[in-house]
Amino acid sequence: MEEAEAEAEVESNRDNVEVAPALIAVHPEQISVAVAVGPDLRVFDLLAGSAASLVDECGAPFHKDPIRAIRFGSRGKLFVSAGDDKTVKIWSTESWRCVCTVSSEKRVSAVAISEDGCHVCFADKFGVVWVVDVAGSHGHVTLGDRKPTPLLSHYCSIIPSLEFSPDGRFILSADRDSKIRVTNFPKKPLNGAHEIQSFCLGHTEFVSCLAFVHARECPQGLLVSGSGDSTVRLWDISSGALLDTCEVAAKAGLLESNGEAEEHGHAVTDLCTTISGLLIAVAIQSLQGIVLLSCDVSAQTLSVSKVVSIAGEAFVPTCLGFSPAEGKLWMVTGVSSLPACNYPPLARVRVISAIDAEQEPVVLGDDEIPGGEKLLETLQGSASVDESAFLAAAEAVKTAMRNLLIKKQYPADNRESRKKTRNDRKLKM
Amino acid sequence: MPETEVKATISKSTGLPRKRFYRARAHSNPLSDSHFPVPISPSQFDYSLHYPQIFPSSDQADGSRKIQFADIGCGFGGLLISLSTLFPETLMIGMELRDKVTEYVKERILSLRVANPGQYQNVSVVRTNSMKYIPNYFEKAQLTKMFFLFPDPHFKEKNHRRRVISPFLLDEYAYVLKAELEADPVVKLLSSATEEGQKVARNGGQTFQAVFRRIVPSDKTS
Repeated sequence: MEEAEAEAEVESNRDNVEVAPALIAVHPEQISVAVAVGPDLRVFDLLAGSAASLVDECGAPFHKDPIRAIRFGSRGKLFVSAGDDKTVKIWSTESWRCVCTVSSEKRVSAVAISEDGCHVCFADKFGVVWVVDVAGSHGHVTLGDRKPTPLLSHYCSIIPSLEFSPDGRFILSADRDSKIRVTNFPKKPLNGAHEIQSFCLGHTEFVSCLAFVHARECPQGLLVSGSGDSTVRLWDISSGALLDTCEVAAKAGLLESNGEAEEHGHAVTDLCTTISGLLIAVAIQSLQGIVLLSCDVSAQTLSVSKVVSIAGEAFVPTCLGFSPAEGKLWMVTGVSSLPACNYPPLARVRVISAIDAEQEPVVLGDDEIPGGEKLLETLQGSASVDESAFLAAAEAVKTAMRNLLIKKQYPADNRESRKKTRNDRKLKM
Repeated sequence: MPETEVKATISKSTGLPRKRFYRARAHSNPLSDSHFPVPISPSQFDYSLHYPQIFPSSDQADGSRKIQFADIGCGFGGLLISLSTLFPETLMIGMELRDKVTEYVKERILSLRVANPGQYQNVSVVRTNSMKYIPNYFEKAQLTKMFFLFPDPHFKEKNHRRRVISPFLLDEYAYVLKAELEADPVVKLLSSATEEGQKVARNGGQTFQAVFRRIVPSDKTS
C-alpha cells in the first residue's frame, strides 16, 4: 500500500516539472516592462505605449520551454532571457532584436549582467556559472551564437540567484545548500573567477534571492538575501559577516499563533530593493501581498516597516521589479501551466506606487498603472484574468519550488525495496 | 549477567575496533542530498565535541586554536593517527562520507585516547560531504595542509563531475588554505602511513606523489 502511495507521489511530481512561475523585469528608466510566462516573452514599451515586437533570427517561438530568468542590464541597454530550453538569449533594448544566442548544456536557473554591460553570466542547474563576452553588442549589431566558458561552480547544487555587486567587483551566487559565495570578478573573466572573497553562511535552507541595498555611506552595498527558511538576512560581503536576520514570515503574521509553522511553507520567493528610503520589498509564498522591510545602514539592521496586502484579489506575487525612475513596484503572479487542468499560461500584473518611508503605499488600480489597459492586455495576455485560477496557480508554484529546492527525505522503511535495482544487490539474489 | 558476546566489535586484546564489522562499499554517492548535520558556519563548529580535552566546554572556543590539517576522504584513518603524534600541538580533522567508516575511525580514536592518556587528543573525524561543505567547516585561510589520499581518477567523462580535485573545487580549497611554504616532514608519511600506501607496498607497486602549495594570486587588487 505504501508503495502505491509513493508511486502516486512520483506521478504528481512529474506533472509539476513544467510549472514555472511568471517573471517580471522593469527597465531601469521605466522605458519598458517585460513579463515571461512559460515560454512566452511579452514586452510592453511604455514610451511608445504599445507592445514591443521582438525580432529573433531563428524564428518564432523564441523559447521552446518555460523561461526561468529574465533581467535588464543596469545600464538598460541589454536584456537577457533564459530557461529550460537550455538557451540564453541576449536582446538589445533599443531595437528588441536578439543580438546573441548562447546554448547551455543544462537548463538555466539564473542570469546576471555585469555592471559595465560587457559580460553576461548564467547559472545552470548543476551549479556551474558560465560567462559570455558581449562587449560591443548594441543596437542592430548581431553577435550570432557564442560559446560560454565556465566561470565558477557550486558543487552539484542548483543556483537560483546570481548577482553582481553594485561596484562590479564581485559576483555573488547563492545555492540550494544555503551558501552564498562572493567571488572576485576578474578583469579577464573568460579565464575563470578563482579568487573567492568570502562565503556568507547563515541560512538554514536554500537561498532563493539576492539584492543589494544602495547607500551613500557604503559604496559597495549591503547584501540582502531571502531564503526557504523564511528569513531575510543582511550581510557584509567583503567579510561574509551576517549583520542582521529578519524573520519575515513570523512578522508578517503568516505563522500559526501557537508558533508552529507549516513546514517549508513560507519561503521567500523574491526580493527587490528600492532606491529611495532604503526599503526592501519581499514576496513570500502564501502571502497575498508584500512585506516592506526598512534597512538602517549605519546600525546595519533590518526591520519590518509595513505589510501591504492586495485587497480584492488572491494575489500572491511570484516576482517583483522596481523602477527607480518613478518609484513604483511592479509585481506579477502567474504560472506557465497548471497540472491536471487545461488552463493556458496565466499572468496578472499589479503595481504599487509611493514606496517610501514616509508615504503610505498605494496599490494602483488597473486604469491607473502606466500603460493602462493596453499594457495589461499585452503582458497578461488579456485585460482581465480569471481570478479563480490564482490560488491554484500559487499552490502549484509553491509545490514546484519545494520539489526543486528542498532536499528530499526518503522514508527509512522502504529503503530495502529502493535498493532492489542496485547491481551489487542483484548479484546476491 | 549477559553471556560473553559472540561478535565484539572492539577487539579485547588491543582495545581497537575490528575492521570486519565496519566494512562498507568503496564508494558513497557524493552527489546525493545529505541528511547528516552540517554546521551553519565555521563559528558554529563545536570544538568541544571533537576535542574534549583541549576545549572542555562549548563556550571556550575563543578562536585561538583552530584546525590546521584536514584529511579529505580519510578512510580508515591511517594517516591521521600517524600525524597526530608527529604534530601534537596541531589540531587536525578527517572528513569521510561513508558512515560506517567514520564510526570505525571514531572508535579507533576513542580507544587510542584511552590507551594512551594525553595523546591523540588533537585528532578527530567528521562525517560530511567535503565537496559541498568545506566552507561550512573552515574559515578563509585557516588550514595549513590539506591531504587528498587518494582521489578516485573517475576516468569516464560522465564521472568527471565526481572528481574530488577539479578546477572548480580547487577554488574552494584555495580559499580555506593559507598561502605558505615550508620544507615538509609529512611527505614520506604519504606512502607509509596510509592504508592505501601500505597496500601498494605489500603488493610491491610503484608510488607517485603530488604535492602542491597555494600561491598568492598575481593580480590581487585588494
